[in-house]
Amino acid sequence: MQEKVLMKGNEALAEAAILAGCRHYFGYPITPQTEVAAYMSKKMPKIGGVFLQAESEIAAINMVYGVAATGKRCMTSSSSPGIALKCEGISYLAGSDLPALIVNVQRGGPGLGGIQPSQSDYFLATRGPGHGDFHVIVLAPASVQEMADMTLKGFELADKYRMPCMLLADGTMGQMMEPVVLPDPVEIDTTPKDWAVTGTECKREHHIVNSLYLSPKKLEDINLERFERYKQIEENECLWEEFMMEDAEICIVSCGITARVSRNAILEARKQGIKVGMIRPITLWPFPKKALLSAADKVKSFISVELNMGQMKEDIELAIRCKKPVYGCTRVGGMITTVDDILASIKEAAKGEE
Amino acid sequence: MILKTEVIPLEFKRLTLFAGHYGSGKTNIAVNYALLLREQGLPVTVADLDIVNPYFRTLDSEAVFREHGIKLICSQFANSNVDAPAMPKEVYNIIDSRTEYGVLDIGGDDRGALALGRYVPSIIEENDYEMLLVINKARPLTRNAEDTLEVASEMVSACKLPFTGIVNNTNLGPETTEEDVISSMAYAEEVSIALGIPIKMTCCDIKLYEKLKDRVPNLFPLSLQKLYYHLNTEVS
Repeated sequence: MQEKVLMKGNEALAEAAILAGCRHYFGYPITPQTEVAAYMSKKMPKIGGVFLQAESEIAAINMVYGVAATGKRCMTSSSSPGIALKCEGISYLAGSDLPALIVNVQRGGPGLGGIQPSQSDYFLATRGPGHGDFHVIVLAPASVQEMADMTLKGFELADKYRMPCMLLADGTMGQMMEPVVLPDPVEIDTTPKDWAVTGTECKREHHIVNSLYLSPKKLEDINLERFERYKQIEENECLWEEFMMEDAEICIVSCGITARVSRNAILEARKQGIKVGMIRPITLWPFPKKALLSAADKVKSFISVELNMGQMKEDIELAIRCKKPVYGCTRVGGMITTVDDILASIKEAAKGEE
Repeated sequence: MILKTEVIPLEFKRLTLFAGHYGSGKTNIAVNYALLLREQGLPVTVADLDIVNPYFRTLDSEAVFREHGIKLICSQFANSNVDAPAMPKEVYNIIDSRTEYGVLDIGGDDRGALALGRYVPSIIEENDYEMLLVINKARPLTRNAEDTLEVASEMVSACKLPFTGIVNNTNLGPETTEEDVISSMAYAEEVSIALGIPIKMTCCDIKLYEKLKDRVPNLFPLSLQKLYYHLNTEVS
């Protein structure tokens, strides 16, 4: 185990990526994730890695495509508007079945929006960020420690399922500082992958990495095969955390920074005699539907606490098949829900159920 | 509450500048140092020259400043949605007027220090300043003296104002132990010898002060700034 260090979320994820064996970083600066690039620019040259500030976000994601095609661990990072630019490249990565880590430290939108924290790319991330039928695995850390741990997890899952994985953090997670125990360096299997484009040396058939299929039937088959894989992921890779759910009558659903605030609101509500608990989704895709559906049989209502206009609320309603009412507690524009905001929603929900 | 003035018999320069690697604790120390000056009955203005950090600013301590009669100069865009690295014109007031004590919070790393450069000729000409290097051994890019010296030298190259002293602010946030502070002293010493400048003070959370005061020279207790957005709970 490594010694504790005091890190910003952005630094923790950058260092964790290096420990995960990532030696190729391509990015373009944007607040509030610039520390990722700053950290990589300092560290990568010292360890024989590549840090490259591309001419644009679009260039960066296509460089990721190139390295991913060789089977090496690689990544890019940005914040909301920059991620929107990367969507074309992410779709190409998904269409070519390539693993890569994409970090989105979200800020307020739409448009140029603002630089303060947000969770308003929930739809963008969970519905497949780009054109065509596809998903990326979406991880939502709620502490600086998880920024590091989820980065490792993201690389693992991306490799395991040969697909892009998105670390979806809010600006607060990127900027706040907390003590972290960094993971031990990952031993990476360096045998070339049986699909990777690494040069044939005229000793084998060449591999092709591509997302263009001339035959519609072939393209349909590829899509069907991919969705079989997605089914396995939904079955096996859902991550969530439950807090005080044993006797809860109201279930808060929240991730990232708002889960932290919700925790305090729950403790406060319980002091006032209201039984509230929380399910914190850690993977947003796959969404922990089963956990929510089984909670729906026990609780009287749900509250979705999020920094957008109620995007995750729709997934909750779908997961619980509208069995119970879902209240919304949201702030946008870079504002963050306070304990009082959440307490007010808890009281509204409690009243609604009398 | 420990009166800070009992703690550190400092000779105050007119201008005190806190610079260092980002996340080393400059802003928090600047806020606490300004309060220390104010306790001496000195007129104090704090200037936030940070053009790097988008979220955590001296502006977060606005209420404390108002209560203690400390003036604050910071970018009109601090804590807003505007990502413009603008410097407030009022900074010239404390640099040039030479009537008040100024505490300057410099942005992190060489990029932050670059913004200081324009004021440096005037600061050197007046020659009544302390340029302090804030260091934290628990930060990943300044974990040893060698890396810390690299960051320090990049900053001096950027702003052209050499450091005159060191502030050892080794901490792990709320999890800092006495041992963390004690074990950082050799590191601070190494940086001090390499740069040929003294360790001006060692900082600690006010809660650790009683336990450390006889073991650490020039110990400066910090009342930590309010934590950002109710973050004082663990996730799991």
